[in-house]
Order: sequence, then structure tokens, then C-alpha cells
Amino acid sequence: MNTENTFIIDGSPIPFEPGQTVLEAALKADVFIPHLCYFPGLRPNGNCKLCTISINGKHSSACTTLARPGSEIENNTPALNDKRRLMLQMLFVEGNHFCPGCEKSGNCQLQALAYELEMMTPHFNHFFPNRKVDASHPEAFLDMNRCITCGLCVQASRDVDKKNIFILSGRGMASHVVINSPSGNLGDSDFSMSDKAASVCPVGAILPKHRGYSVPIGKRLYDGVPISSQTEFLKTRKA
Amino acid sequence: MLSPQEPPKRKLRVATTSLSGCFGCHMSLLDLDENLLALVDLVEFDRSPITDIKHCGPCDIGIIEGGVCNSENVHVLREFRENCRTLIALGACAVNGGLPTLRNGLDVREVLREAYFEQPGAVCNTIPNDVELPLLLDKVHPINEVVRVDYFIPGCPPSRDAIFKFLTDLIAGRTPRLDYPQMRFD
Repeated sequence: MNTENTFIIDGSPIPFEPGQTVLEAALKADVFIPHLCYFPGLRPNGNCKLCTISINGKHSSACTTLARPGSEIENNTPALNDKRRLMLQMLFVEGNHFCPGCEKSGNCQLQALAYELEMMTPHFNHFFPNRKVDASHPEAFLDMNRCITCGLCVQASRDVDKKNIFILSGRGMASHVVINSPSGNLGDSDFSMSDKAASVCPVGAILPKHRGYSVPIGKRLYDGVPISSQTEFLKTRKA
Repeated sequence: MLSPQEPPKRKLRVATTSLSGCFGCHMSLLDLDENLLALVDLVEFDRSPITDIKHCGPCDIGIIEGGVCNSENVHVLREFRENCRTLIALGACAVNGGLPTLRNGLDVREVLREAYFEQPGAVCNTIPNDVELPLLLDKVHPINEVVRVDYFIPGCPPSRDAIFKFLTDLIAGRTPRLDYPQMRFD
């Protein structure tokens, strides 16, 4: 191992290649850092802040921080996981996340992280916002109740599909995903289920139609194995 | 099979109720099967659908299924909080409102109108308003938005193993903690 290109996470040395972020290098070494808005191959944008680590005593997003030799990083600590759980709780109360009625349940990264970080309750008062459900597309439906504005669909549509179908509109609390079509409906865009944007959503906001609950409970992605033990799956996803 | 913990010196008194729930969580409680016998060695029941006692007396543990959707739910929940040293939210509806909160985006008047006037086959032409009927709240709330809640067991419903693990941990004086397969939101 080249000791020059090594940093320390929770006491263990992690090798990295110059230009890699802390999250990329950690995932490659099968060290799990909780994250929602990072997807291999897409440009990290530090939206969700779930991957917050303590690097030489300062908090930073692991997905946007370049790995540097000799950095001392705290990741899986009670203090950081408390903060991450708090952020998850805020994400849950800001939207309408009804897991028992969601086809993504069991395969949902938001839910898997809530299991991982033992989020027993959303704690805060719920917003119960009124959000749009768009069923205009023949192949996909869009349920904004579940959207966490991570921006992955925006990036995938712009950078991979070159279609610019999804756009983040508004600022702060008012930011939300809109569709770039004359009517604002997905059915009026040239979106297709073979687009990359159709498969990057970490929650159940973009789902295929005509499929339903295709995998039985007990056999879904996160039913038996915690997300922290699925680094192989997380790092081999392709944009 | 799960093994019962060492019984405490005196039986703990437990009350349970279902507010705006479907009784699925109580079904899951009954699903403890032979472990119910282990549990009955540790606890005795106060107000509960199992005993049919109508009001909650002083208890060690109160278990609430369902969210808060009407005025009666508020009264029952406050009675439980006043009488129970430890209050537990059992299941998705008590923890985050659950599926009944799907009506939260709609106006209550419109919901009632739809149900009693506009549904095909609706035979009454009035919204029931008997004084015996509790009034609907404008929104359905998780119970922690109305009273302080000590513990939460998520799941729709929580599995029997989750309920048994949680209760036996609590009764034995350990910090209750669910194992990964027991931690479910659906």
C-alpha cells in the first residue's frame, strides 16, 4: 500500500487515488458512509448532508471532499450518527413517506438508512404537505410526496440522458422538482423508462407503472442485509 | 423460540388501546402465540380490547395503536398519558400517522361530503352528527404530536418478535432495542 495516498477513517487506513473523494475511496475499501444523493458516475453535489464526516475535527460532506494523505476522519461515531438521524427525521417529516403503501419499500435508500441509524420515530411535527402525483406518463409515475430533492434525476437527465427533463425549482424550503415540458407533466416530455434518470431515485418518487409489489417481503434489497453491508452493490451502480 | 426474561417481583400493569388504527397491531400482539403465556407471567392487563375495561387506571406501561383522528382519540390518549408511567407508540399509525393521514391533504368537509353524498350507493343525504359521535379533527396526527411518548415501535404492523423483544427488554430494565430484521416501517 502506498502510505502517501492513505487516510484514516475511524482508526483504519484507507488507500485512495488522487482525485478521489473521501466517499468514493471509502466505498471502494468497503467502508460505509451513509449517503442519499451520491451516485457513482454522477457529479457529487453535497445536497443531502447524510455523508457528513468529521475530517481533522471539522464537519464536511464526504462526497464533495477530496481525499488527502494523512487526514484523520471520524465516520461511524455516535455523535455523527445522532446528527445523521436528525437529518433523516427532518427528511421524513418534510414529505409524505407512507412506507406501508409505497412500492419502493424494502428497496428504498431513505428507509434503509433509517433502519441502519435506528430511527424509531420521525420525532418532529409532520408538515403533511400537499404535493403532486403525476400519472400522465404511460410507463412511469411521479409521486412528489416522496421526493427528497436530492437532485439525482436532474443530474442524470442532464448529464447522462442529455434530455434535461427534471429541474430543481424554487429555493430553500420551497425547492422542488419540476418537469421541463409544455404542460409540466411527465407525459408531455420525452422521458422513457430506459433513461438513467428513471433508475437513480433513492426513494419512491419515480417508479415504473404496471409492476406493483413485484418482490415479496423478505426478499427485497434491504430486508435481510443492512445497507452498511451492501457497499459492493452501492459502488458498482453505474450512471 | 424467544425465551422469557426473569420475572420481576410484582406483575407490571399494562393498558392497551387502538385509536385511529385497524387493530392490526393488536393482532400482531395476539400473534405472540405461546409467548403470550410468557408475557402473562410478567404483566397483567388494565384497559385493553382484551379485558374490555373501559377506563385506564394507574399503569406501568401504556401501549397505543393508531394515530389521533378525532376528539375521542385525544381524550383516550390523554387519559393514557396521565395514568401510564411509560407510554409506547405501537405501529406506523401511532408513530407517524400512517395511512389515515392520506386524508390530511383534503378538506374534512369534502371528505365527509364524498363519503355520505357522492359515493355511488350512498343512501343518507346528511352527514351524521349525533352527539354520541366524536368530531373529526381537521388532520390526523401521530400520537407524539399530542402527548409526550417514551418509546416507539415502528412497523405496519410490528412483527410479534419485535413486540416481544421490545417489551421483554423494557420489563427486564434494559434499553429496548430491535434487531435488524425486526426494524421495519412496512
